[in-house]
Amino acid sequence: MTTPASGPVTLTPRQVTRRRRALAARRTWASFRSHRSGLFGLALLSFFILVALLAPVLADGEGLEVTKATGGVLESPGSGGFLLGTDENGRSIVTLLIWGSRISLFVGLLATLIAMVIGTLVGLASGFFEGWPARVLYRFTEWFLVIPFVPLAIVLATVLGRSLLNIVIVIGITGWASTAMLIRSQTLSIRERPFVERARVLGAGRWHQMSRHVLPNVMPMVFANTTLTVALAILAETTLSFLGLGDPTRVSWGTMLDDAFSVGAMTTGAWWYIIPPGVCVVLVVLAFTLVGQALEEVFNPRLKGR
Amino acid sequence: MTEPAGSEPAPAAAAVRAAVTGRRRSYGRYVAGKVAGAAGSLAFVLVLGFFLFRVLPGDPARTLGRGRFKTQDQLEEFRAQYGLDQPLPQQFLTYLKNTFSGDLGESLRYRTPVSDLILDRLWPTLLLVGTATLLATLIGVYLGVISAWNRGKATDKITTGTTLTLYSMPEWWLGLLLIAAFAVGMGPLPGIFPTGGLHSVDAEPGTIGYVGDTALHLVLPVLTLVLVYLADFSLIMRSSLLDEIGEDYLVTARAKGLRDVEVRRRHATRNALLPTTTLIALSIGFVVSGAITVETVFSIPGLGLLATEALTIPDYWVLQGTFLVTSAGVILANLLANLVYGLLDPRVRS
Repeated sequence: MTTPASGPVTLTPRQVTRRRRALAARRTWASFRSHRSGLFGLALLSFFILVALLAPVLADGEGLEVTKATGGVLESPGSGGFLLGTDENGRSIVTLLIWGSRISLFVGLLATLIAMVIGTLVGLASGFFEGWPARVLYRFTEWFLVIPFVPLAIVLATVLGRSLLNIVIVIGITGWASTAMLIRSQTLSIRERPFVERARVLGAGRWHQMSRHVLPNVMPMVFANTTLTVALAILAETTLSFLGLGDPTRVSWGTMLDDAFSVGAMTTGAWWYIIPPGVCVVLVVLAFTLVGQALEEVFNPRLKGR
Repeated sequence: MTEPAGSEPAPAAAAVRAAVTGRRRSYGRYVAGKVAGAAGSLAFVLVLGFFLFRVLPGDPARTLGRGRFKTQDQLEEFRAQYGLDQPLPQQFLTYLKNTFSGDLGESLRYRTPVSDLILDRLWPTLLLVGTATLLATLIGVYLGVISAWNRGKATDKITTGTTLTLYSMPEWWLGLLLIAAFAVGMGPLPGIFPTGGLHSVDAEPGTIGYVGDTALHLVLPVLTLVLVYLADFSLIMRSSLLDEIGEDYLVTARAKGLRDVEVRRRHATRNALLPTTTLIALSIGFVVSGAITVETVFSIPGLGLLATEALTIPDYWVLQGTFLVTSAGVILANLLANLVYGLLDPRVRS
């Protein structure tokens, strides 16, 4: 704002808010820093995100095109200057891994975003409102929760067709139920707290109570849950790709593994084709899980000291 | 209910009886609630199946019978046979009637009724999922107890770290690694276990050798599922036991002079097991999902392999059937676990 500084004591409400937020962020970070496994996960995650962002710098995108591949078929690591060898089309595994990180992370993050938005909305609504619409939403969530993921995803992916966006949609709409359950239970407990009651007594409408009081207090748990869900979404992407439901025109770690399986890389001893993508998946999923668990402990004081 | 009207029971006995019938009635209500919930889930799956296969694809006759119809007449005949030319509400009724009478359509690939195929393929999946869930639960709960009791120490860190790493693996990828290591053989090591299938070709059904042969074939796939899903169970048990560790009754138990092992085994673990039960039930769905890919890797002739084979055609009727049956199976397993939980822990019935 353009308010002139009238002394160190008077602050605009906006400044107060900003300071309070900065303080909260510092406190959260200090608390997070005490989790060594969380820090390890964060470092690992930063590395992979950096690789994904810098992919065009790290490896020539042309290396993805089968027609422009320069190597021989399934060359072993080291030969012909390929650090991790080549695939069945003569493409460098390292290049595929670097570019694959983009698709894997993209699918994981976007699918999680969809799951989070649906889950948070349904969870908030079924926790905050009363009467039959809330009950119906709750039942709906409960029904959805018990449906096994892979059979449903197979069916959805088959019906929708094979494209990257469809994979994202499938993972997103099969994964929201557990988030909704978590958000609902959080909302139920926050709704009864004195500060929400105070707002209610002062005449705050439902929208105000929800958006200014309940949602901000649920958000930290949503955030922690998000990181855990990304891990599951990335795993789901590899599984769907393995089942042949991935986008055949894009290289992800999942489609790499699927190709490796199709050409029998494991039985022919082409370990460099099947182990590195799997290790990447494991590391990224582990990183998200560790960060998510650390965040959960930071935001949920009841879990402290575990 | 059938009490003679004239008898006047002593007040204390009446109170006990009232409490017993009250408890029984509350369990009855609990059961009714859970059964209604499961019935709701089943109905939802049915509706979802209809929606996914008849409404979403636009023209179901084309998608359901892809590649099968050469002429317009055949298409029309197919439409008439499955009632696809009728309005949607009518179609829904036909779908319900067919599903409840066990008619799940005919496989495009095998040319046999889908229900027969599914019955054929049900046992291998049940065997795989059942054994894996049982072992993963037992080992996972044990590991969870050990790591919670030693929290922060090396045992806890190693256990939690290892199970989390295994949890981060796509189960079919781990399966491939295990095949390479123990079935194909690595370097000087010969392969010990078969690479896939459920039986050897020459195995005679009904003999002890046959059972042993099947067990040998199941070692690697079961191991794969157990390793990946250990963390699900051990982490749940760990946090559940950590909730109990600060409780007063454990202090009492220690004050009585019980040894640490006894406090853990007879007091803490028993209480921590209760909330774990429902969460374990929810994990069954994950194990079933995992089994689908693991069956594909190990070529075990179960529902998972049936579904993945159906994907390539795509054999819609088989996909619909496996979707309905696996979902129903998971829902029923959940219901069962919830009923057992209610029996074990009276607190949840209210």
